[in-house]
Amino acid sequence: MYFRYLGRELRRRARSAALVAIGLALGVGLVITVTSYAAGVKAAQGQVLSSLYGVGTDLTVTKPATAGTGGGFRFSGTPSSSAQAGQSFAQDHLTSAAGLTTISDSDVTSVSKLKGVAGATGALVLNSVHITGTFTGFGGFGAGASATPTPTPTPTATPTPTASASPSASAGSGFGISTFSVDGIDPTEPGLGLLSGPNIASGASAVDQWFTDVQSSNASDQTLALVSSAYAKQNSLKAGSTVSISGTSFTVLGVVSVTESDGADIYISLGEAQSLTGDTNDVNTIYVTADTSNAISTVQTEIQKALPSVTVTSASDEASNISGSLSTASNLANSLGLGLSIAVLLAAFVLAVLLTIASVTRRVREFGTLKAIGWHSRRIVGQVMGETLVQGIIGGAVGIGLGVLGAFLVTKLSGPLTATVGATGLGSSTPAGFSGGGFGGGGGGGFFGGASPGAFSSARPGFAHTFTASNHSVTLHMTAPLSLEVFGVAVGLAILGAIIAGAIGGWRAARLQPAVALRRVE
Amino acid sequence: MYELKKLSRVYPKGRGKVAALSGVDLVIPDGEFITVQGLTGHGKTTFLLMLGALDKPTSGKIIFDGKDLGAMPESQLVDVRAQNFGFIFQNYNLLPTLTAEENVEAALVPLGIPTAERRARSIAALTEVGLGDRAGHFPSEMSGGEQQRVAIARALVKEPKVILADEPTGNLDEVTSLEIVALMEKLWKERGMTLVLVTHDTKVARRAPRTAVINKGKLTMRDNRAPKVTTPGPAKPPV
Repeated sequence: MYFRYLGRELRRRARSAALVAIGLALGVGLVITVTSYAAGVKAAQGQVLSSLYGVGTDLTVTKPATAGTGGGFRFSGTPSSSAQAGQSFAQDHLTSAAGLTTISDSDVTSVSKLKGVAGATGALVLNSVHITGTFTGFGGFGAGASATPTPTPTPTATPTPTASASPSASAGSGFGISTFSVDGIDPTEPGLGLLSGPNIASGASAVDQWFTDVQSSNASDQTLALVSSAYAKQNSLKAGSTVSISGTSFTVLGVVSVTESDGADIYISLGEAQSLTGDTNDVNTIYVTADTSNAISTVQTEIQKALPSVTVTSASDEASNISGSLSTASNLANSLGLGLSIAVLLAAFVLAVLLTIASVTRRVREFGTLKAIGWHSRRIVGQVMGETLVQGIIGGAVGIGLGVLGAFLVTKLSGPLTATVGATGLGSSTPAGFSGGGFGGGGGGGFFGGASPGAFSSARPGFAHTFTASNHSVTLHMTAPLSLEVFGVAVGLAILGAIIAGAIGGWRAARLQPAVALRRVE
Repeated sequence: MYELKKLSRVYPKGRGKVAALSGVDLVIPDGEFITVQGLTGHGKTTFLLMLGALDKPTSGKIIFDGKDLGAMPESQLVDVRAQNFGFIFQNYNLLPTLTAEENVEAALVPLGIPTAERRARSIAALTEVGLGDRAGHFPSEMSGGEQQRVAIARALVKEPKVILADEPTGNLDEVTSLEIVALMEKLWKERGMTLVLVTHDTKVARRAPRTAVINKGKLTMRDNRAPKVTTPGPAKPPV
């Protein structure tokens, strides 16, 4: 009886029922399309962000160097005596990444104890500059611009194409310069930082082995290193090879590739890194993970409160640096798309409510009669709600079709998106990697400005990226992924709208006094 | 049995009030057939709605089988209606989307009767009013007289104690009206239920032993069996 009555009543009011269902379908379709579009944009943003930010890290704490502090090393090309003229030389300089200054080890402990922090680990992000060459004469390295012994840089590590300075950059001088990046990783925190599980693209077993070995008390294990696949390829390194960092030899345990673009060339233990730099008990980066994603902003605030002088960077900070058509698409999805979806859904809800109320008003005699023959109000409300519920389900089903079509059209019709990430933020140490006098200082003055205060502040790993790519563009193809959850939510919204309409219409029907209802038709 | 004591019903109208019923005292024994007459707007329908527990008095009491209907909440009144009263309306008030059989069955739904039994009883009721072969037809496929027969079947199917008919012949031609009234009288006699019939038609009104005449909310009873009455006596079976 219930379903026969319901079905026939809907057929009788087919036009009105169709209008409600179509309204809800449009709302649902738009919600699905916009949600899938937003998911596509989010995925695209994720792709961009993944090149900047670690999955296993929610926040990165660094301490920017204040003006006049830090800087790099000074190198003088002037031999200390005439006896050195014509002799070859090699120098290693291991310094903190540009723009970063040290943070006390105790601050890592402080951060790890903050509310909402799941874990925190310190790291030393370093840059090694290796210079080789030959003293050409007393009074100025490279002076006269004639002595050009072939520099023999060893190793010629150029992690990024423009990372190395060309000898020819300095007039007539003969030297070689190479840089590579070194990260000192805390072996007691394998789940955090650059070498945490989610960040490992390849070489996970080597990483596991490294953590196990370095944590052991065996002294020889302390000088085990991991090298990046790019660095290994450039320098023909493999497990068992030896690399020299600031005069200390490290045995390569394995080759690893991380998902982050600011991964280092060489990974060693934090203790060794601290020994090499003399920064015992200091780090220059703290990687933090929050208990939940919701806690990230709170944790960020807490860290900032506890350590006022540090810079705390989160993924969302990185997102804010993204510009280009991806950013436009994101804004479109977040503002216009969401607004339009809400507007259409609200309009559909209002339409459903109004049409249901109109239907109840037209059926006053019907409901009055049913009450007269003994139907309880709840049965009548159930009948009205059942009718609107069917409209909602039909609207939801049609809406899914429209949503899928919309998502398909978005994928098919939208062109490639570009995203440009600004140089600020994590991994983008100060673009002014050079400070002070200047690289390749004036002629006669010699290489690095001779004895001038020319200083080279080494950038952090991947400093070429920093130097040459103050902006980083990525081209992406837009997708609009669909999920059962989205369908569920969308259909749920349609049903919710139907229930609201049915509840309001049913409430009016329930309030109807049978005498009034029957009189109204007299 | 009904006992109406000083029953009044006042409706607000504009800034003033209108007394649809005023101080009505009446006793209707079980199984009586009474008709109700009066000018339009003088309180006939209000009187019927009161008897059917579809409206509540402003003052006074309406007692049905010992229960004060005016004091009962709607949740209880609806059960009283479902079990005791059968309504017949001038406009038939059939649900247009349901067939004749389903319209009749709708009266049994609140009683919690199983579907099969509901259908059987509905068909039987339709057969009793002469529409056994029209059970599957929709109201729009039936004449006014047939629709009113369906309404009568709907009122009778639950075997109520009281049938309340509000001008059941108001929309019918004379011949059909007589047929409907004759049918109702027949059923009243066979079943022994109370029948209250509102009508404008004096001929119809005089077929009942008593007629309640309502004039501006005041009710007076007329005995149709008195010798001066020229119309056929009460409860006389139709020709």
